[in-house]
Amino acid sequence: MNLNFTMIAQAIAFAILIWFTVKFVWPPLLNAIEKRQKEIADGLAAAQEGKLSLEVAAKKNAETLNEVKQKGAEIVSQAEKRASEIVEQAKNVANEEGDRIIASAKSEIDQEVNRAKEELRGQISTLAIQGAEKILDKEIDKKIHADMLTKLAKDL
Amino acid sequence: MADSSYNSPSEYIGHHLSNNELHLDFLGEGSFMTLHLDSFVMAVILGVLSMGLIWLVARKASAGVPTKTQAFVELIFSFIDDQVGNIFHGNRHSFVAPAALTVFIWVLMMNAMDFLPIDIMAKFYAMLGLYEWKAVPTSDVNTTFGLALGVWFLMIYFGIKVKGMGGWLHEIFCAPFGSSVWVWPANFLFNLIEYVSKPLSHSLRLFGNMYAGEVIFLLLGLWAATGVSGIIFGSILGAGWAIFHILIVVLQAYIFMMLTVVYLSMAHEGH
Repeated sequence: MNLNFTMIAQAIAFAILIWFTVKFVWPPLLNAIEKRQKEIADGLAAAQEGKLSLEVAAKKNAETLNEVKQKGAEIVSQAEKRASEIVEQAKNVANEEGDRIIASAKSEIDQEVNRAKEELRGQISTLAIQGAEKILDKEIDKKIHADMLTKLAKDL
Repeated sequence: MADSSYNSPSEYIGHHLSNNELHLDFLGEGSFMTLHLDSFVMAVILGVLSMGLIWLVARKASAGVPTKTQAFVELIFSFIDDQVGNIFHGNRHSFVAPAALTVFIWVLMMNAMDFLPIDIMAKFYAMLGLYEWKAVPTSDVNTTFGLALGVWFLMIYFGIKVKGMGGWLHEIFCAPFGSSVWVWPANFLFNLIEYVSKPLSHSLRLFGNMYAGEVIFLLLGLWAATGVSGIIFGSILGAGWAIFHILIVVLQAYIFMMLTVVYLSMAHEGH
Protein backbone atom coordinates (compact mmCIF):
# COMPACT_ATOMS: atom_id res chain seq x y z
CA MET A 1 0.00 0.00 0.00
CA ASN A 2 2.67 2.41 -1.06
CA LEU A 3 1.69 5.58 -2.82
CA ASN A 4 2.74 5.65 -6.43
CA PHE A 5 1.82 6.80 -9.88
CA THR A 6 -1.50 4.97 -9.68
CA MET A 7 -3.03 7.82 -7.73
CA ILE A 8 -2.16 10.31 -10.48
CA ALA A 9 -3.59 7.99 -13.09
CA GLN A 10 -6.75 7.57 -11.02
CA ALA A 11 -7.03 11.33 -10.54
CA ILE A 12 -6.79 11.82 -14.30
CA ALA A 13 -9.38 9.12 -14.91
CA PHE A 14 -11.55 10.80 -12.27
CA ALA A 15 -11.21 14.18 -13.99
CA ILE A 16 -12.15 12.71 -17.37
CA LEU A 17 -15.12 10.89 -15.89
CA ILE A 18 -16.36 14.05 -14.17
CA TRP A 19 -15.95 16.03 -17.39
CA PHE A 20 -17.92 13.37 -19.24
CA THR A 21 -20.72 13.47 -16.70
CA VAL A 22 -20.85 17.25 -16.58
CA LYS A 23 -20.90 17.47 -20.35
CA PHE A 24 -22.96 14.52 -21.54
CA VAL A 25 -24.81 12.78 -18.74
CA TRP A 26 -26.23 15.44 -16.45
CA PRO A 27 -27.71 17.99 -18.89
CA PRO A 28 -30.04 15.64 -20.85
CA LEU A 29 -31.32 14.07 -17.63
CA LEU A 30 -31.86 17.47 -16.06
CA ASN A 31 -33.61 18.74 -19.18
CA ALA A 32 -35.91 15.75 -19.37
CA ILE A 33 -36.83 15.90 -15.71
CA GLU A 34 -37.35 19.65 -15.62
CA LYS A 35 -39.41 19.55 -18.78
CA ARG A 36 -41.57 16.80 -17.33
CA GLN A 37 -41.95 18.73 -14.08
CA LYS A 38 -43.09 21.75 -16.05
CA GLU A 39 -45.51 19.66 -18.09
CA ILE A 40 -46.99 18.15 -14.96
CA ALA A 41 -47.29 21.56 -13.33
CA ASP A 42 -48.96 22.93 -16.46
CA GLY A 43 -51.31 19.98 -16.58
CA LEU A 44 -52.29 20.45 -12.97
CA ALA A 45 -52.86 24.16 -13.52
CA ALA A 46 -55.00 23.41 -16.58
CA ALA A 47 -57.00 20.88 -14.59
CA GLN A 48 -57.53 23.44 -11.86
CA GLU A 49 -58.65 25.97 -14.43
CA GLY A 50 -61.01 23.46 -15.97
CA LYS A 51 -62.49 22.69 -12.58
CA LEU A 52 -62.97 26.39 -11.93
CA SER A 53 -64.68 27.01 -15.27
CA LEU A 54 -66.85 23.96 -14.68
CA GLU A 55 -67.94 25.46 -11.38
CA VAL A 56 -68.73 28.76 -13.06
CA ALA A 57 -70.70 26.99 -15.76
CA ALA A 58 -72.65 25.00 -13.18
CA LYS A 59 -73.48 28.18 -11.31
CA LYS A 60 -74.62 29.85 -14.52
CA ASN A 61 -76.70 26.82 -15.37
CA ALA A 62 -78.41 26.95 -12.00
CA GLU A 63 -79.09 30.65 -12.44
CA THR A 64 -80.56 30.15 -15.89
CA LEU A 65 -82.69 27.29 -14.67
CA ASN A 66 -84.02 29.42 -11.84
CA GLU A 67 -84.82 32.25 -14.21
CA VAL A 68 -86.61 29.92 -16.58
CA LYS A 69 -88.58 28.40 -13.74
CA GLN A 70 -89.64 31.82 -12.56
CA LYS A 71 -90.66 32.85 -16.05
CA GLY A 72 -92.59 29.62 -16.47
CA ALA A 73 -94.43 30.19 -13.23
CA GLU A 74 -95.23 33.73 -14.31
CA ILE A 75 -96.58 32.54 -17.62
CA VAL A 76 -98.70 29.90 -15.94
CA SER A 77 -100.17 32.37 -13.48
CA GLN A 78 -100.89 34.82 -16.29
CA ALA A 79 -102.57 32.08 -18.27
CA GLU A 80 -104.68 31.14 -15.27
CA LYS A 81 -105.70 34.73 -14.81
CA ARG A 82 -106.55 35.05 -18.46
CA ALA A 83 -108.54 31.83 -18.37
CA SER A 84 -110.59 32.95 -15.40
CA GLU A 85 -111.19 36.25 -17.16
CA ILE A 86 -112.38 34.43 -20.26
CA VAL A 87 -114.64 32.22 -18.17
CA GLU A 88 -116.06 35.29 -16.42
CA GLN A 89 -116.63 37.00 -19.73
CA ALA A 90 -118.31 33.92 -21.15
CA LYS A 91 -120.56 33.74 -18.10
CA ASN A 92 -121.59 37.36 -18.53
CA VAL A 93 -122.29 36.89 -22.21
CA ALA A 94 -124.27 33.75 -21.48
CA ASN A 95 -126.26 35.53 -18.80
CA GLU A 96 -127.06 38.41 -21.13
CA GLU A 97 -128.04 36.05 -23.88
CA GLY A 98 -130.22 34.09 -21.47
CA ASP A 99 -131.90 37.28 -20.27
CA ARG A 100 -132.46 38.35 -23.82
CA ILE A 101 -133.94 34.98 -24.75
CA ILE A 102 -136.16 35.03 -21.69
CA ALA A 103 -137.35 38.56 -22.51
CA SER A 104 -138.16 37.70 -26.10
CA ALA A 105 -139.95 34.55 -25.00
CA LYS A 106 -141.97 36.56 -22.51
CA SER A 107 -142.99 39.11 -25.12
CA GLU A 108 -143.93 36.35 -27.51
CA ILE A 109 -146.03 34.72 -24.82
CA ASP A 110 -147.69 38.06 -24.11
CA GLN A 111 -148.45 38.52 -27.77
CA GLU A 112 -149.85 35.02 -27.95
CA VAL A 113 -151.95 35.65 -24.89
CA ASN A 114 -153.27 38.90 -26.35
CA ARG A 115 -154.06 37.23 -29.61
CA ALA A 116 -155.86 34.44 -27.81
CA LYS A 117 -157.79 37.05 -25.81
CA GLU A 118 -158.81 38.86 -29.02
CA GLU A 119 -159.96 35.65 -30.54
CA LEU A 120 -161.82 34.69 -27.41
CA ARG A 121 -163.49 38.13 -27.37
CA GLY A 122 -164.69 37.68 -30.92
CA GLN A 123 -166.00 34.23 -30.29
CA ILE A 124 -167.59 35.24 -27.03
CA SER A 125 -169.48 38.10 -28.67
CA THR A 126 -170.74 35.74 -31.34
CA LEU A 127 -171.70 33.21 -28.67
CA ALA A 128 -173.39 35.91 -26.62
CA ILE A 129 -175.37 37.07 -29.63
CA GLN A 130 -176.37 33.53 -30.49
CA GLY A 131 -177.34 32.98 -26.84
CA ALA A 132 -179.28 36.18 -26.70
CA GLU A 133 -181.00 35.28 -29.98
CA LYS A 134 -182.00 31.96 -28.53
CA ILE A 135 -183.13 33.54 -25.25
CA LEU A 136 -185.06 36.33 -26.88
CA ASP A 137 -186.29 34.01 -29.50
CA LYS A 138 -186.69 36.90 -31.73
CA GLU A 139 -184.50 38.12 -34.40
CA ILE A 140 -182.35 40.97 -33.59
CA ASP A 141 -181.15 43.26 -36.18
CA LYS A 142 -177.42 42.74 -36.24
CA LYS A 143 -176.88 45.94 -37.95
CA ILE A 144 -178.78 47.98 -35.38
CA HIS A 145 -177.26 46.35 -32.38
CA ALA A 146 -173.74 45.94 -33.71
CA ASP A 147 -172.48 48.98 -31.87
CA MET A 148 -173.93 47.78 -28.60
CA LEU A 149 -172.43 44.32 -29.08
CA THR A 150 -169.00 45.59 -29.89
CA LYS A 151 -169.20 47.68 -26.76
CA LEU A 152 -170.19 44.56 -24.82
CA ALA A 153 -167.33 42.56 -26.22
CA LYS A 154 -164.90 45.26 -25.24
CA ASP A 155 -166.08 45.17 -21.66
CA LEU A 156 -165.51 41.46 -21.43
CA MET B 1 -11.40 -21.34 0.58
CA ALA B 2 -7.64 -21.14 0.60
CA ASP B 3 -5.77 -22.48 -2.35
CA SER B 4 -3.69 -25.55 -1.60
CA SER B 5 -0.70 -23.90 -3.20
CA TYR B 6 -0.43 -21.38 -0.36
CA ASN B 7 2.11 -22.40 2.24
CA SER B 8 1.14 -20.02 5.02
CA PRO B 9 -1.73 -17.73 5.95
CA SER B 10 0.45 -14.67 5.48
CA GLU B 11 1.26 -15.78 1.98
CA TYR B 12 -2.46 -16.19 1.25
CA ILE B 13 -3.38 -12.79 2.60
CA GLY B 14 -0.35 -11.14 1.11
CA HIS B 15 -1.12 -12.58 -2.27
CA HIS B 16 -4.70 -11.34 -2.26
CA LEU B 17 -3.76 -7.89 -1.05
CA SER B 18 -0.89 -7.21 -3.39
CA ASN B 19 -1.42 -5.29 -6.58
CA ASN B 20 -0.49 -6.11 -10.12
CA GLU B 21 2.35 -3.67 -10.60
CA LEU B 22 3.54 -2.18 -13.82
CA HIS B 23 6.85 -0.37 -13.58
CA LEU B 24 6.84 2.77 -15.64
CA ASP B 25 10.58 2.91 -16.29
CA PHE B 26 10.14 5.40 -19.13
CA LEU B 27 8.93 8.00 -16.62
CA GLY B 28 12.02 7.67 -14.47
CA GLU B 29 13.52 5.64 -11.67
CA GLY B 30 12.07 5.02 -8.24
CA SER B 31 9.22 3.15 -6.64
CA PHE B 32 6.79 6.02 -7.28
CA MET B 33 6.84 5.36 -11.01
CA THR B 34 4.73 2.27 -10.62
CA LEU B 35 1.19 1.75 -11.84
CA HIS B 36 -1.17 -0.60 -10.08
CA LEU B 37 -2.57 -2.05 -13.26
CA ASP B 38 -5.39 -3.91 -11.49
CA SER B 39 -6.71 -0.85 -9.62
CA PHE B 40 -6.43 1.38 -12.63
CA VAL B 41 -7.90 -1.00 -15.18
CA MET B 42 -10.77 -2.05 -12.91
CA ALA B 43 -11.51 1.57 -12.05
CA VAL B 44 -11.55 2.64 -15.68
CA ILE B 45 -13.67 -0.34 -16.75
CA LEU B 46 -16.18 0.29 -13.95
CA GLY B 47 -16.26 4.01 -14.59
CA VAL B 48 -16.79 3.62 -18.32
CA LEU B 49 -19.35 0.87 -17.79
CA SER B 50 -21.45 2.64 -15.16
CA MET B 51 -21.34 6.18 -16.50
CA GLY B 52 -21.61 4.84 -20.04
CA LEU B 53 -24.79 2.98 -19.18
CA ILE B 54 -26.23 6.07 -17.54
CA TRP B 55 -25.18 8.08 -20.56
CA LEU B 56 -26.95 5.68 -22.90
CA VAL B 57 -30.13 6.26 -20.93
CA ALA B 58 -29.57 10.00 -20.57
CA ARG B 59 -28.94 10.40 -24.29
CA LYS B 60 -32.45 9.19 -25.12
CA ALA B 61 -34.13 10.60 -22.03
CA SER B 62 -37.66 11.67 -22.81
CA ALA B 63 -39.69 14.22 -20.94
CA GLY B 64 -42.78 12.07 -21.39
CA VAL B 65 -43.53 8.81 -19.64
CA PRO B 66 -40.12 7.35 -18.77
CA THR B 67 -39.12 3.77 -19.40
CA LYS B 68 -38.28 1.67 -16.37
CA THR B 69 -34.56 2.05 -17.01
CA GLN B 70 -34.91 5.78 -17.31
CA ALA B 71 -37.02 5.88 -14.16
CA PHE B 72 -34.24 4.04 -12.33
CA VAL B 73 -31.59 6.45 -13.59
CA GLU B 74 -33.83 9.37 -12.67
CA LEU B 75 -34.22 7.91 -9.20
CA ILE B 76 -30.43 8.05 -8.75
CA PHE B 77 -30.38 11.47 -10.40
CA SER B 78 -32.94 13.00 -8.07
CA PHE B 79 -31.35 11.35 -5.03
CA ILE B 80 -28.03 13.01 -5.84
CA ASP B 81 -29.72 16.25 -6.84
CA ASP B 82 -31.61 16.43 -3.53
CA GLN B 83 -28.50 15.67 -1.49
CA VAL B 84 -26.43 18.27 -3.31
CA GLY B 85 -29.25 20.81 -3.20
CA ASN B 86 -29.39 20.55 0.58
CA ILE B 87 -25.71 21.35 0.99
CA PHE B 88 -24.65 23.43 -1.96
CA HIS B 89 -26.37 26.77 -2.46
CA GLY B 90 -25.53 27.93 -5.91
CA ASN B 91 -25.87 26.70 -9.45
CA ARG B 92 -25.26 23.06 -8.67
CA HIS B 93 -26.21 21.85 -12.15
CA SER B 94 -23.17 23.39 -13.82
CA PHE B 95 -20.63 21.28 -11.97
CA VAL B 96 -21.10 20.13 -8.38
CA ALA B 97 -24.14 17.90 -8.84
CA PRO B 98 -22.80 15.99 -11.87
CA ALA B 99 -19.47 15.62 -10.09
CA ALA B 100 -21.29 14.20 -7.09
CA LEU B 101 -23.14 11.77 -9.36
CA THR B 102 -19.85 10.62 -10.85
CA VAL B 103 -18.26 10.16 -7.45
CA PHE B 104 -21.20 8.28 -6.02
CA ILE B 105 -21.72 5.91 -8.92
CA TRP B 106 -18.06 5.28 -9.53
CA VAL B 107 -17.13 4.69 -5.89
CA LEU B 108 -20.22 2.55 -5.42
CA MET B 109 -19.26 0.37 -8.38
CA MET B 110 -15.65 0.07 -7.22
CA ASN B 111 -16.75 -0.78 -3.69
CA ALA B 112 -19.26 -3.28 -5.00
CA MET B 113 -16.43 -5.34 -6.51
CA ASP B 114 -15.89 -6.44 -2.93
CA PHE B 115 -19.01 -8.60 -3.21
CA LEU B 116 -17.32 -10.89 -5.70
CA PRO B 117 -16.04 -14.03 -3.94
CA ILE B 118 -12.36 -13.36 -3.68
CA ASP B 119 -10.91 -16.83 -4.29
CA ILE B 120 -13.24 -17.78 -7.11
CA MET B 121 -12.48 -14.48 -8.80
CA ALA B 122 -8.74 -15.14 -8.27
CA LYS B 123 -9.16 -18.40 -10.20
CA PHE B 124 -10.99 -16.54 -12.92
CA TYR B 125 -8.28 -13.90 -13.19
CA ALA B 126 -5.63 -16.62 -13.20
CA MET B 127 -7.42 -18.13 -16.18
CA LEU B 128 -6.92 -14.81 -17.91
CA GLY B 129 -3.25 -14.98 -16.99
CA LEU B 130 -3.53 -12.41 -14.22
CA TYR B 131 -1.96 -14.04 -11.17
CA GLU B 132 -1.97 -10.94 -9.03
CA TRP B 133 -5.17 -9.09 -9.55
CA LYS B 134 -6.93 -7.12 -6.83
CA ALA B 135 -10.40 -6.43 -8.07
CA VAL B 136 -11.49 -3.75 -5.59
CA PRO B 137 -9.89 -0.47 -6.66
CA THR B 138 -11.07 1.36 -3.54
CA SER B 139 -9.14 -1.00 -1.30
CA ASP B 140 -6.03 0.43 -2.91
CA VAL B 141 -5.04 3.65 -1.15
CA ASN B 142 -3.81 5.05 -4.46
CA THR B 143 -7.31 5.04 -5.88
CA THR B 144 -8.95 6.73 -2.92
CA PHE B 145 -6.13 9.20 -2.61
CA GLY B 146 -6.29 9.88 -6.33
CA LEU B 147 -9.97 10.71 -6.01
CA ALA B 148 -9.40 12.81 -2.89
CA LEU B 149 -6.60 14.60 -4.71
CA GLY B 150 -8.92 15.38 -7.57
CA VAL B 151 -11.47 16.81 -5.16
CA TRP B 152 -8.68 18.72 -3.42
CA PHE B 153 -7.62 20.42 -6.63
CA LEU B 154 -11.24 21.21 -7.43
CA MET B 155 -11.57 22.68 -3.94
CA ILE B 156 -8.63 25.02 -4.52
CA TYR B 157 -9.78 25.79 -8.05
CA PHE B 158 -13.25 26.82 -6.92
CA GLY B 159 -11.85 28.68 -3.93
CA ILE B 160 -9.76 30.83 -6.22
CA LYS B 161 -12.45 31.08 -8.89
CA VAL B 162 -15.19 32.21 -6.53
CA LYS B 163 -13.21 34.48 -4.22
CA GLY B 164 -10.43 35.52 -6.57
CA MET B 165 -6.76 34.89 -5.94
CA GLY B 166 -6.63 37.73 -3.41
CA GLY B 167 -9.73 36.61 -1.59
CA TRP B 168 -8.49 33.06 -1.37
CA LEU B 169 -5.09 34.08 -0.03
CA HIS B 170 -6.79 36.50 2.35
CA GLU B 171 -8.88 33.64 3.68
CA ILE B 172 -5.83 31.45 4.15
CA PHE B 173 -4.10 34.08 6.26
CA CYS B 174 -7.05 35.81 7.93
CA ALA B 175 -9.35 32.96 8.87
CA PRO B 176 -10.33 31.67 11.36
CA PHE B 177 -8.70 34.00 13.93
CA GLY B 178 -9.01 37.41 12.24
CA SER B 179 -7.02 39.66 9.97
CA SER B 180 -4.43 40.98 12.46
CA VAL B 181 -0.88 40.45 11.22
CA TRP B 182 0.08 38.73 14.49
CA VAL B 183 -2.33 35.84 13.92
CA TRP B 184 -1.35 35.28 10.29
CA PRO B 185 1.02 32.41 11.12
CA ALA B 186 -1.58 30.71 13.30
CA ASN B 187 -4.23 31.15 10.65
CA PHE B 188 -1.92 29.84 7.98
CA LEU B 189 -1.02 26.83 10.11
CA PHE B 190 -4.68 26.06 10.74
CA ASN B 191 -5.55 26.28 7.08
CA LEU B 192 -2.54 24.20 6.17
CA ILE B 193 -3.66 21.49 8.55
CA GLU B 194 -7.17 21.73 7.15
CA TYR B 195 -5.97 21.47 3.56
CA VAL B 196 -3.79 18.47 4.43
CA SER B 197 -6.29 16.69 6.62
CA LYS B 198 -9.18 17.00 4.20
CA PRO B 199 -7.81 14.74 1.45
CA LEU B 200 -6.27 12.43 4.03
CA SER B 201 -9.45 11.82 5.98
CA HIS B 202 -11.43 11.79 2.77
CA SER B 203 -9.37 9.06 1.18
CA LEU B 204 -8.32 7.02 4.19
CA ARG B 205 -11.88 6.63 5.46
CA LEU B 206 -12.93 4.91 2.25
CA PHE B 207 -9.69 2.98 1.89
CA GLY B 208 -9.77 1.78 5.50
CA ASN B 209 -13.31 0.52 5.26
CA MET B 210 -12.83 -1.33 2.02
CA TYR B 211 -9.43 -2.72 2.96
CA ALA B 212 -10.68 -3.94 6.33
CA GLY B 213 -13.69 -5.50 4.62
CA GLU B 214 -11.43 -7.41 2.30
CA VAL B 215 -9.15 -8.51 5.13
CA ILE B 216 -12.11 -9.89 7.05
CA PHE B 217 -13.25 -11.84 3.99
CA LEU B 218 -9.74 -13.24 3.72
CA LEU B 219 -9.61 -14.21 7.40
CA LEU B 220 -12.97 -15.98 7.06
CA GLY B 221 -11.55 -17.72 4.00
CA LEU B 222 -8.57 -18.84 6.05
CA TRP B 223 -10.84 -20.21 8.73
CA ALA B 224 -12.80 -22.11 6.13
CA ALA B 225 -9.58 -23.84 5.13
CA THR B 226 -9.10 -25.36 8.58
CA GLY B 227 -11.76 -28.06 8.46
CA VAL B 228 -15.48 -28.86 8.47
CA SER B 229 -16.40 -26.58 11.38
CA GLY B 230 -14.33 -23.87 9.78
CA ILE B 231 -16.22 -24.27 6.52
CA ILE B 232 -19.59 -24.08 8.31
CA PHE B 233 -18.81 -21.11 10.50
CA GLY B 234 -16.68 -19.42 7.90
CA SER B 235 -19.54 -19.65 5.42
CA ILE B 236 -22.15 -18.38 7.88
CA LEU B 237 -19.99 -15.51 9.05
CA GLY B 238 -18.88 -14.82 5.50
CA ALA B 239 -22.52 -14.53 4.43
CA GLY B 240 -23.24 -12.29 7.41
CA TRP B 241 -20.27 -10.08 6.67
CA ALA B 242 -21.24 -9.91 2.99
CA ILE B 243 -24.74 -8.80 3.94
CA PHE B 244 -23.36 -6.22 6.34
CA HIS B 245 -20.95 -5.20 3.61
CA ILE B 246 -23.85 -4.18 1.39
CA LEU B 247 -24.47 -1.44 3.90
CA ILE B 248 -20.81 -0.48 4.13
CA VAL B 249 -20.34 -0.36 0.38
CA VAL B 250 -23.27 1.96 -0.16
CA LEU B 251 -22.65 3.97 2.98
CA GLN B 252 -18.99 4.61 2.17
CA ALA B 253 -19.84 5.63 -1.38
CA TYR B 254 -22.48 7.97 0.05
CA ILE B 255 -20.06 9.42 2.62
CA PHE B 256 -17.38 9.94 0.01
CA MET B 257 -19.89 11.72 -2.22
CA MET B 258 -21.22 13.87 0.62
CA LEU B 259 -17.74 14.89 1.71
CA THR B 260 -16.92 15.82 -1.85
CA VAL B 261 -20.00 18.04 -1.99
CA VAL B 262 -19.28 19.52 1.42
CA TYR B 263 -15.68 20.36 0.53
CA LEU B 264 -16.69 21.90 -2.77
CA SER B 265 -19.47 23.97 -1.22
CA MET B 266 -17.09 25.12 1.52
CA ALA B 267 -14.73 26.27 -1.20
CA HIS B 268 -17.63 28.23 -2.72
CA GLU B 269 -18.83 29.82 0.46
CA GLY B 270 -15.77 30.63 2.54
CA HIS B 271 -15.47 31.03 6.25
